[in-house]
Amino acid sequence: MATAQAVPADGVMRAADGTPLKTALARAERRERLKALGLVLPLFAFIVLSFVVPILVMLYNSVYDPDVAENMPQTVQALQSWDGRELPPEEVFAAFVADLQEAQKNKQAALIGKRLNYEISGIRSKVTTTARKVGALAEGPYRDAVIAIDKVWGDIDTWATIKRSSSDWTPFYILSMLDLRQGPDGSIEHMPADRSIYKDILVRTLGISLLVTAMTLVLGYPVAYMLATSPQKTASILMIFVLLPFWTSLLVRTTAWMILMQDGGVFTQMLNFSGITFLMNMLGVIDGEPQLFKTRFATVVAMTHIQLPFTLLPIYSVMKTISPNYMRAAKSLGGTPFYSFLRVYMPQTLPGVAAGCLLTFILCLGYYITPALVGGPTDQMISGFIERAINSENNWGKASALGVILLTATLILYYVYNKLVGIDRMKLG
Amino acid sequence: MKKFATLFGAALLAGTALYAVKAQAADELTITSWGGAYQESQRNAFFKPFIDAGNKITEAEYNGEIAKIRAMVEAKAVTWDVVDVDTQTVLAGCAEGTFETIDWAKLGLDRAKFIGGDVTDCAVPNILYSTVAAYDTTKTEAPASLFEALFDTTKYPGKRALQKSPFVNLEWALMADGVAPADVYKVLGTDEGVDRAFKKLDSIKKDVVWWESGAQGPQLLADGQVVFATSWNGRFYNAIKTDKKPFKIIWDFQAPDWDWWAIPKGTPKIEEAYRFITFASDPQRMADQTKWISYGPANKDAAPKIDPAILPDLPSAPDNLKTVFYPDPQFWGDKGDELRERFNAWLAQ
Repeated sequence: MATAQAVPADGVMRAADGTPLKTALARAERRERLKALGLVLPLFAFIVLSFVVPILVMLYNSVYDPDVAENMPQTVQALQSWDGRELPPEEVFAAFVADLQEAQKNKQAALIGKRLNYEISGIRSKVTTTARKVGALAEGPYRDAVIAIDKVWGDIDTWATIKRSSSDWTPFYILSMLDLRQGPDGSIEHMPADRSIYKDILVRTLGISLLVTAMTLVLGYPVAYMLATSPQKTASILMIFVLLPFWTSLLVRTTAWMILMQDGGVFTQMLNFSGITFLMNMLGVIDGEPQLFKTRFATVVAMTHIQLPFTLLPIYSVMKTISPNYMRAAKSLGGTPFYSFLRVYMPQTLPGVAAGCLLTFILCLGYYITPALVGGPTDQMISGFIERAINSENNWGKASALGVILLTATLILYYVYNKLVGIDRMKLG
Repeated sequence: MKKFATLFGAALLAGTALYAVKAQAADELTITSWGGAYQESQRNAFFKPFIDAGNKITEAEYNGEIAKIRAMVEAKAVTWDVVDVDTQTVLAGCAEGTFETIDWAKLGLDRAKFIGGDVTDCAVPNILYSTVAAYDTTKTEAPASLFEALFDTTKYPGKRALQKSPFVNLEWALMADGVAPADVYKVLGTDEGVDRAFKKLDSIKKDVVWWESGAQGPQLLADGQVVFATSWNGRFYNAIKTDKKPFKIIWDFQAPDWDWWAIPKGTPKIEEAYRFITFASDPQRMADQTKWISYGPANKDAAPKIDPAILPDLPSAPDNLKTVFYPDPQFWGDKGDELRERFNAWLAQ
C-alpha cells in the first residue's frame, strides 16, 4: 500500500504539505501549549501579583532598613573610621550635629529616634530633644556640648549601635521576633524580659492551632463516619447541619459566640441553672460565676466551631469512597467490630484525616478576628500582633518579620508533615 | 482556602485601585473622627450644614491611631483631608512633619480667641473633653474616689473597662500608688517610674476589659460586663441623656484634654480642608455642638451662646474641677511611642 505514511527514500517522514513530520508536530504542539498558556495566564499573573509579589516585598521589608543611613549620612560617613574602643572623635560629633540640624529642618528627627528606639529603649525622646537643641550650637567644639544636652551621647554603646544600624540591611527585626538582639559589640543576646514576648506568642499560636485541630478531629471524625454510613436521606439532612454554619460568615459566628459567652450570658446562665457552677465552686475549680468571655477557653471553642467543617468534609469525602465490603470481609474473617474498624477501616481514612487536619491547622495559624473578639490580651495570636505593628506602631519591619516567622513555621510544618504522612497521600475526596 | 486568600487579596488590590481613581476624581473632602456619639454631634453641628452649603463630605472613623496617619503621609497617598486628633497626636505628628502647619490668616480666625490656640502650630483646637470613669448607680455603690473605683478589687469585685492605651492609665496607676499629682511626670520620666506604674496595673490586670473605640466603655457598662468603665465624658453623657442609662460620672481626677482639627501633610484638598475648619470653628456652630454632646467649645466666643442647661455637664464646670489632673501632652508627644510599645508588650505577657 503506497500511502503518505510510507517511508520515503530519504528516510524523513513528511506531512501532507511536505514539511518534515517532526517539525510539523512540534509546531502543532507548540501552538497547543501557547493556547493552554493563554488560558492559564490570567490566573498566573493574578497569583504573581497578589501572592508572590507581596510575599517578596514582605521578605524584603523584614531585612531592609535604610532609615539611619538616609537620615544621618554625614554621621555614618564619619563613623566609618571609628574603631569603637573609646568615644568617637570631634568630627563625628560635628557630623552628628550637622545631620540633626538638617533632620530637624526636614522634620525627620523623630524618624531617626523611632528607628534607634527599637534597639535602645527610651532614646526616641532624647533624639528629638537633642535635635531641637542642637539648632543653638553655632560652632564647635561640639562633643562636650552634645553630651551636655543628653548624657546618652557620652555612651560608647550608643555610637556602636548607630554604626551598626547604618547598613541598609539589618537582621534586627527577625532577631527581635525570636526575642534576641545584637549587643553593642555585635554579639547576639537575649532581649530584656519586659520586651521579650514573641517566642511566647509563637508557641501560643502553634499551641492553640494544635488544640483546635485535635478538637475538630475528635468531634468531626464520628460525625463524618455517621454521614458516610447513614442512608442517603438521613445523610443529606445531617449534611445541612454541617454545611449551614460553614456557609455563614466567620464574623457572624464569632459575634454569636461573643453574645453566648459574655458574662451573665446564655452560657453562664445554663451553667448556673444546671448546677455545674455550684459543682465547680464546690470542687474549688472556680470562685463565683464562671468567666468565659475574653478567655482562652472561649477562643478555642469559637475556633473549633468555625474550623469543624474544614476538618470534617475531607474526612467525609474519603470515607464515602471506602467500600463497605472491606469491613464485611474483616468481620467475616473473625475480626471484632472494634478491631476491624481500627485495622481495616481507619487506616483507609488517614489520607482524609491528614488533609483535613493540615487544612485546619494552617488556617488556624493565621486566625486574627476570632481571638481578637472573644479572647483576652494573652490569647492573641501572631496575626493580631502583625495588625498592631501596622496599625498602631507603624512598624512595617516588625510586621514583615512576624509574617516571615509565620511563613517559615508553616513551611517547616508542611515539610515535617510531608516526611511523616506524605503529601501525595493526602486526599480531599 | 489559599485560593480564597488569593481572591481576597486581588479583590482588595482591585478595590484599592478603583478607590484611588475615585478619590482623585471626586471633589469630596474626607473627614476622619472618632465615631460614635462624638462623630454624630459633629455630623449634626458641622458636616450637615457644610453639605447643605454645597460641599461634599466623606466621613471616616478611627480610634486615634497616629500610625494610620503617618503611614499615609509617608506613602504620599493621603486620603484623609481633615482629621480630629488629640493633643499628643498633634504634638508627635507636628514634630515629624505629619501635619500641615496652620496658616491662621488663611483661616480668617483670631488665634487668641481659641483656648490652647498657641499650644501647637499644626492644628486648630476644637473641643475640650475629659477622660473619666463612670458606674451604673443601680448596680454599684458610689465609690469614695476614682482610685478606689479602679484599683480596689476587694471592695468592688468585678471587671473594669479601661482604654487599651497607656495614656492616663499610667498616670492614674501612679497616683493610686501614692505619687503626688504634681510629681507624676517626673516619676513617669524614669524607667523605675514606668516599672512602678505597670506594677500597679498588674494588680488589676486580670480584672480589666480593654476597649479601643469610645463607644465600648458605656456599652460594656450597660451590658453589666464591668462595674466601672472609663471613657470620654461626652460618651457617658450621651448614654445618660439619649439612652437614659442610670450612669454616674466620677469626676474625681478627670483628665481633660483638647481635640483638634489637623490636616495631614500632602493632602490634595488643602483648600477645602481650610474652608471646612473655618466653617467648623464658627462660634454659633460650636455652641450648637453642645446640644448633642457635653464637650466644651474651644472658641471663647462660643461660650456665651451655649445653652446653660449643659454647663454642669461640661468638664470645665467648677463642681467637676475639684480634683482634676491635667495630662502633659508634650510628655506624651515625646514618649508616647515608647510607652505604647511597652504597653502592648505588657498586655501580651
